Amino acid sequence: MKTKVSYFALFREQTGRHSEMVEWTGGTAAELFGIMSQKHESLQAEAAALVAINDEMCDWETVLNDGDEVLFFPPVAGG
Amino acid sequence: MKFSVSKTAIDVSAAKKSVADDSCGALVVFEGWIRDHNEGQQVKRLEYEVYRPLAEKEGARIIDEAVQRFGVSHALCIHREGLLELGEVAVLVCVSSPHRGEAFDACRYIIDQTKVRLPIWKKEHYVSGVSEWVNCEHCAAAGHAHGDH
Repeated sequence: MKTKVSYFALFREQTGRHSEMVEWTGGTAAELFGIMSQKHESLQAEAAALVAINDEMCDWETVLNDGDEVLFFPPVAGG
Repeated sequence: MKFSVSKTAIDVSAAKKSVADDSCGALVVFEGWIRDHNEGQQVKRLEYEVYRPLAEKEGARIIDEAVQRFGVSHALCIHREGLLELGEVAVLVCVSSPHRGEAFDACRYIIDQTKVRLPIWKKEHYVSGVSEWVNCEHCAAAGHAHGDH
């Protein structure tokens, strides 16, 4: 299936891109992050990283559907 | 707008007026300022990146939660985006209520939740010329809220 992945802040700098389309067999958000970490060696998993699907915050174990847009957020630091 | 993101200087006075209410005897205001140092580094300026679609949605939820949980009359939060210089207001929280106790509690709740839930990132530019994304997990471990405040 196809998934659009977007990167922000540190993750954008680590991957060198704002977003990309990925063709994969499907699975959870965490599994997709693992695949992208293998593709982009400098993309490092962070314990406090957050994930959103279709502009809604979600759990890393959420299973993705075809056509979903996934947003990978490095640890946030507002305020 | 209960929660908003601003690319320009926050008008603190206007924000305070917007939560004014004759039934309220208390106004609690929190201003987060850009500080000139952090963890041994001399900070020159700060840069905020905001993913607006989600920050605005989740920010509004935080305000609603604070109003419901503490029973305050009015609450708002404004967060800056872009490049900020020392001394600028990075974030503003205003809460009004009949009495001060719930206003203090709600204000604290809003700023604490804003720091951990909203897709907002902070890059510090140091006097040394180095720039670095701030990791708030690190701040929490250091036992203080980083970047402020």
